[in-house]
Amino acid sequence: MSENLIATTAIKARQLSEEEIKEIEHELELYPDKQAVGLEALKIVQKHQGWVSDESLLAISKYLDLPVADLESVATFFNLVYRQPVGKNVILFCNSVSCWIMGCDEMRTHINDKLGVDFGGTTEDGRFTFLPVPCLGDCDRAPVMMVGDDLHRNLTPEKINQIISDYQGKA
Amino acid sequence: MVTKPLTKNIDMSRPPLDINAYEANDGYQSIKAIAAGLSPGDVLQVVKDSGLKGRGGAGFPTGLKWSFVPQGDNAPKQKYFVVNADEMEPGTFKDRLLMEGDPHLLLEGMILGSYTIQASVAYIFLRGEYKASENTLRQAISEAYDKGYLGKNILNTGFDLDIILHTSAGRYICGEETALLNALEGKRANPRAKPPFPQVSGLWGKPTIVNNVETVCNLPGILTYGVDWYHGLTEGIDHGTKLFGISGRVKTPGCWELPLGVTIREVIEKYGGGMREGYGLRAFLPGGGSTDFMLPEHLDLPFDYDEIAKVGSRLATGTMILLDDKTCPVGMIGNLMKFFAHESCGFCTPCRDGLPWVDEIFNEFESGRGSEKDLQILHEHVDYLGPGRTFCALAPGATAPLGSGLRIFAEDFHRHIKEKRCPYKH
Amino acid sequence: MAEVVVDGVVYKVNPDNNMLQECLSQGLDLPYFCWHPCMGSVGACRQCAVKQYRDADDKDGVLVMACMTPATDGTIISIEDPQAKDMREKVIESLMISHPHDCPVCEEGGECHLQDMTLMSGHNYRRYDKKKITHRNQYLGPFINHEMNRCITCYRCVRFYDDYAGGTDLAAQASHHHTYFGRYEEGVLESEFSGNLVEVCPTGVFTDKAFSENYTRKWDLQVAPSVCTGCSVGCNTTPGERYGSLRRIVNRYNSEINGYFICDRGRFGFDYVNSEDRIKVPLTLNGTGMEAVSDEELQAAIESYRGADVIGIASPRASNESNFALRSLVGHENFYSGISDSEHEATQLILSLARDTVFNFPSVREIEKADAILVVGEDITNIAPRIALALRQSVKNKAKELAEGCNIPTWQDAAVKELAQHDRSPLAILSSFTTRLDDVASDVLIDSPSALPGIASAIAYKISDKAPSVNSNENANSRIADQLVSAKRPLVIAGSSAGNIGLIQAAANIARALNDKRGEPIDLCLVVPEVNTIGMSMLVNGTNSLGVALNKLQSGAATKVIVLENDLYRHASSTEVDAALDKANGVLVIDQMPTRTTAKASTLLPSTSFSEHEATYVNYEGRAQLSFQVHRSHTSALPAWSWLSEQQREDIDVLINRCAEEAPNFNKLDNLLPDLNEFVASMKIPRQSHRYSGRTAMKANLNVHEPKQPVDDQSVMSFSMEGIPVTSDTPVLGAAWAPAWNSNQSISKFQEEVNGELKQGHIGELLIERNESGDYLDVTTPKVSDSGLQLSIAYQIFGSDELSAKSSRIQQRMTDAYVAISPSDAQSLGLNQGDEVSLDSNQHVAVACIRSKIKEGTAALYCGDNDIDRHALGATIALTKITDANLSRGIKGLIVSDLYEEGC
Ligand SMILES: Cc1cc2nc3c(=O)[nH]c(=O)nc-3n(C[C@H](O)[C@H](O)[C@H](O)COP(=O)(O)O)c2cc1C
Ligand code: SF4
Ligand code: FES
Repeated sequence: MSENLIATTAIKARQLSEEEIKEIEHELELYPDKQAVGLEALKIVQKHQGWVSDESLLAISKYLDLPVADLESVATFFNLVYRQPVGKNVILFCNSVSCWIMGCDEMRTHINDKLGVDFGGTTEDGRFTFLPVPCLGDCDRAPVMMVGDDLHRNLTPEKINQIISDYQGKA
Repeated sequence: MVTKPLTKNIDMSRPPLDINAYEANDGYQSIKAIAAGLSPGDVLQVVKDSGLKGRGGAGFPTGLKWSFVPQGDNAPKQKYFVVNADEMEPGTFKDRLLMEGDPHLLLEGMILGSYTIQASVAYIFLRGEYKASENTLRQAISEAYDKGYLGKNILNTGFDLDIILHTSAGRYICGEETALLNALEGKRANPRAKPPFPQVSGLWGKPTIVNNVETVCNLPGILTYGVDWYHGLTEGIDHGTKLFGISGRVKTPGCWELPLGVTIREVIEKYGGGMREGYGLRAFLPGGGSTDFMLPEHLDLPFDYDEIAKVGSRLATGTMILLDDKTCPVGMIGNLMKFFAHESCGFCTPCRDGLPWVDEIFNEFESGRGSEKDLQILHEHVDYLGPGRTFCALAPGATAPLGSGLRIFAEDFHRHIKEKRCPYKH
Repeated sequence: MAEVVVDGVVYKVNPDNNMLQECLSQGLDLPYFCWHPCMGSVGACRQCAVKQYRDADDKDGVLVMACMTPATDGTIISIEDPQAKDMREKVIESLMISHPHDCPVCEEGGECHLQDMTLMSGHNYRRYDKKKITHRNQYLGPFINHEMNRCITCYRCVRFYDDYAGGTDLAAQASHHHTYFGRYEEGVLESEFSGNLVEVCPTGVFTDKAFSENYTRKWDLQVAPSVCTGCSVGCNTTPGERYGSLRRIVNRYNSEINGYFICDRGRFGFDYVNSEDRIKVPLTLNGTGMEAVSDEELQAAIESYRGADVIGIASPRASNESNFALRSLVGHENFYSGISDSEHEATQLILSLARDTVFNFPSVREIEKADAILVVGEDITNIAPRIALALRQSVKNKAKELAEGCNIPTWQDAAVKELAQHDRSPLAILSSFTTRLDDVASDVLIDSPSALPGIASAIAYKISDKAPSVNSNENANSRIADQLVSAKRPLVIAGSSAGNIGLIQAAANIARALNDKRGEPIDLCLVVPEVNTIGMSMLVNGTNSLGVALNKLQSGAATKVIVLENDLYRHASSTEVDAALDKANGVLVIDQMPTRTTAKASTLLPSTSFSEHEATYVNYEGRAQLSFQVHRSHTSALPAWSWLSEQQREDIDVLINRCAEEAPNFNKLDNLLPDLNEFVASMKIPRQSHRYSGRTAMKANLNVHEPKQPVDDQSVMSFSMEGIPVTSDTPVLGAAWAPAWNSNQSISKFQEEVNGELKQGHIGELLIERNESGDYLDVTTPKVSDSGLQLSIAYQIFGSDELSAKSSRIQQRMTDAYVAISPSDAQSLGLNQGDEVSLDSNQHVAVACIRSKIKEGTAALYCGDNDIDRHALGATIALTKITDANLSRGIKGLIVSDLYEEGC
């Protein structure tokens, strides 16, 4: 009788890791309001987990005592918070105007052919997620993209092949 | 005489100067001047006299903006100084250079700005993708704390300042200063109504100044070398240097610090090396994606705020996007429209629901299904999304290339309709 | 006053408002979506675009949003300007690009603000021929339907739900044209005010689920102005009926009480009216069973209830007229209170405080003006929900004050919020457990029921040393006292529900102490549980308690009893009631639904429900209001007063007039009756709209001849669509409607000004005159024993009210009886969350509900739908775990913020 008595949600919060908690606690010192830390916590959790799962969202909500709905509200607003699993390496591919002029559409097709996924897709081996990103602010060296934290400029099909095989080489 | 105050320390082939090297090259002199007795009012006066205009896009006089912050005993105790390092305007790549190339310059400017308005906390709102900037800034901030330029009782002035580096979770609208404040507060980055202006009720309802990276980087030079020096940097009516950039099919695209008032031709031909072999210049956006197209006939205009405004465009970020004669103007505008439609925050109707329609129409043009009716609708949206009609300046920014493009490239639009395809695709 | 010019005409307006509000106040048509009269402006929808001119010489002007433009002196705007009109048309066109073409099947159709604004803006041809954006809908619980594709992204829902009503589980999600409004995952909307989304949403995203399942267009509903019978606030409502069943309830604007919003109990707690279980015919006891009787037998049975040995037991949920009719029948001295003895005592005290000149019993609107509040032991959200919503507005007065200091107009909703951050006007709550208002409270003092009166007394003494001296060194007490003293408009709230009269006494002392300090009447809000607790109590003698009545029956001093719409088992212990009723040799019960009391009747008469008769009720302030009949009962049910009055079926007006004449303090009751002089050529007010359809065919399955419309010769309203057309001059307003304004937004056409009084008045009559001066009261402290847990009675908005608890929608949100205890008490009793426990080892069982914010040693008992014989319990109780009770609902879905989780 006692189980399932209290309907909250089927999904249970996961336990935040010590590292995550430490970083969240650090952010609490930098902002005078918890809500600001909510967004920071989403980024922290994503840094450690790769993305923000429902379980993580609930964990943050519980830890900071912020409504889940409010967290979801910001999590879904911003481009760089992922509410779906992503591959090991996220390709942020600039498709804004300068890169477009410099031929990014071709590069996009090339990546698509090479990886078998287009924008929004994750490769079957879970290595890459391919996403568009607004202007990366490196327009004089267009076309550009980021893979993980690294910026790659003046892209050509050959360069892309090299970059992809470099990452595939990594464990 | 220092002629390139913004980039004098920058050499991208090596890491940025550390704090000692920065100090050795006149760095943090202005903070020492404060320690020697320069009051907030003094700094404000110098900045006002300098005539510095904001480099974030709108070109609003910085000293005047600062003067709206309530001062004195009745003013709220807590105030904030915020640097707008969100740089997401399409075709803009100038703040990145400053932050990766000489982070201490930005910090020095922030200390000056914060001191002037008496803010004890300053945030750098950095776009999340700028990982290199994040690293250089973190390093510089920690050096500045170690040297006593940040923290409690800076250089015995009694003034406290903490600088906090905030990395954005990403959206173009976060660059709009009031949306930026919401983002910093961990809220959805919808813009806020003005009035009240952030100077009165900004971050967490407290008086707040938001300035662009480049604006702030102008401050140390002005305070260190003086107003006369600053005025001497240029010949025209606008003062100081500006980062000008070029992207597109020139021989040597890049970003250079030049005096305001330099001719556009000089920037393109001398610094950009002119158009690449086989390409002609069709038109250009002078200051990022939300400015009106200008034409080759404008090349001899001096690059300053008023002159550009006279021909119906804006200097804005000063980073030009060049359209060559082999690239489809309709496609280029379409690309911009997709960007703006996607980056709309979704708060006000014209922007949220108008831009996607515009975007859809460009898709049709792209695939050869554009019609006169659609063209008519595009024209209507130029007015409909214009200044005053939307909640913030995002959508009006989108109408700049759209409106001028529809006018200038009317023939190209018609060819798309007539030929039922993009004539630039082979 | 400021002068502004709109399209060349000069208007005198209030400069503190914005131009949209002032245009509407002047009766001008200007479309809008995101602005709401009660929630201010945010400038999101851009629908209210107008041209503004700098001065008379400015011929160009600029487009501005009227809702974001202050109505300062000299403002010149044009609504008619072609550019402004074009802009408004374009905005609608934009809003419609992804809007589904589902008006014909949309529940909002016919009362849709979006439809109205579309027409008003002149957009009538779809040019958008691209792909639409579509969304997934969510399950949001038993009350509300979600159809996101209809959304026009005006942000009103979240602004109401979160900002206005304090909800936390609905939010805007995603961005650009994918912006979505919903919960983070499917599930019941938690706010007690979720139903207002139906009215706040200008289109059909949030609709009334029950209504949708039994759908009728607004214009096909038969309506009349009514008063909610869910609690003692007396919110004004408009119920709608078709084909003999009551279909829905919506808010009816009343500037003093509910304004634009009601709670979910009021909105969804009505369908017992349509229940098959209703008592339909008069029955009398024959041998062992009840059976129907002939008219003559019935007459004889009723006749037998005359004489000195007949007593009458009144009802807190029956109208003044029914109670008065019973009193007239049995005689004042034989007319007894129908509430528990402790509640009776408390209510009599409240009535005496109501006559005291040092207090003001504030209306809901006045409550919203309070800028320092102390709640003494009442769980307002569950007792008088609409007041809880008002308190959420009161705490925002601080923000308004700050905004004024910075020259930010108070209608600049987002800016005011931003400026104030978490700065609120003080709200202190004394309680034995955490309540739903704790999130906006500045102080929450949790203590045992026996300690609370003492804390309140200490606060009184801190305010004025003329109050009985009670010392305490608690900082919180001084802080609360200071806050009340220094406020512009302090407010003290208490009530009778906790069954702790000491709380009312102490609250009154606090208010009196404030009066000593300030020399002006102090807002003292005392709430009672039921719709007419006050009206009924005004009619009974203070000495005529229910206990005395039951004793009289048990002792044989009275032999017959008439029980008026009352389940006595809710107000006295089963033993007492059984003993009394079993002894009586005649029990005449009048009621709507079967209860344990009706099961004891020897004569059972069916009475009409609130929507089936005209009646008056007196709310917590002593405000009497008239509620009209909406539809006819199709059974033999009569208004209870009708069974009781001497000339059966006496006219209600006559009864109201008689009550006004005969009952002390009721003398203003007849003012509620519409002034017949206002009726042109004795035309009546139609209950059916001028578009009412199918009248001739509705009964075609029975008879193809058009039936004659039933004649209502009792009321100024008719069961018909003919009569006085709805205009702002209509003396009685059921559903608001104005040309081009089919939605509830048409209400502005009936207000003196936006948010002002309705042109037809209708704010009711405050009955009780203040002409006495009292003194500080001795404060009673409940006597408790050392063993067991101190008992505090808890209420639930969904379940504690007898009739609404019989409503199918409400039942889906009800829990079983539960007993809330602290984690440490749970541990020492060996109880886990959700265990079943017996109380005092008798047959009553409840679910253990462990809460982290409840005073140790206290048990907060929620009795469910009277599942527990609470009057048999003492001031302390013992709990024992049991295993075989098998309660069906458990406490699933219980919305409390502090449910204890293991390991947290
Ligand atoms: C949609 C939008 C995006 C903007 N993005 C940026 C930006 O990325 N960086 C920036 O400095 N200013 C941006 N601005 C301008 C800022 O709102 C603001 O004017 C500027 O930060 C003020 O700094 P300044 O006075 O130093 O120029 C943007 C404005 C709009 C309307
Ligand atoms: S113009 Fe409107 S929707 Fe667009 S970004 Fe600004 S506020 Fe948001
Ligand atoms: S009502 Fe004015 S912008 Fe929405």
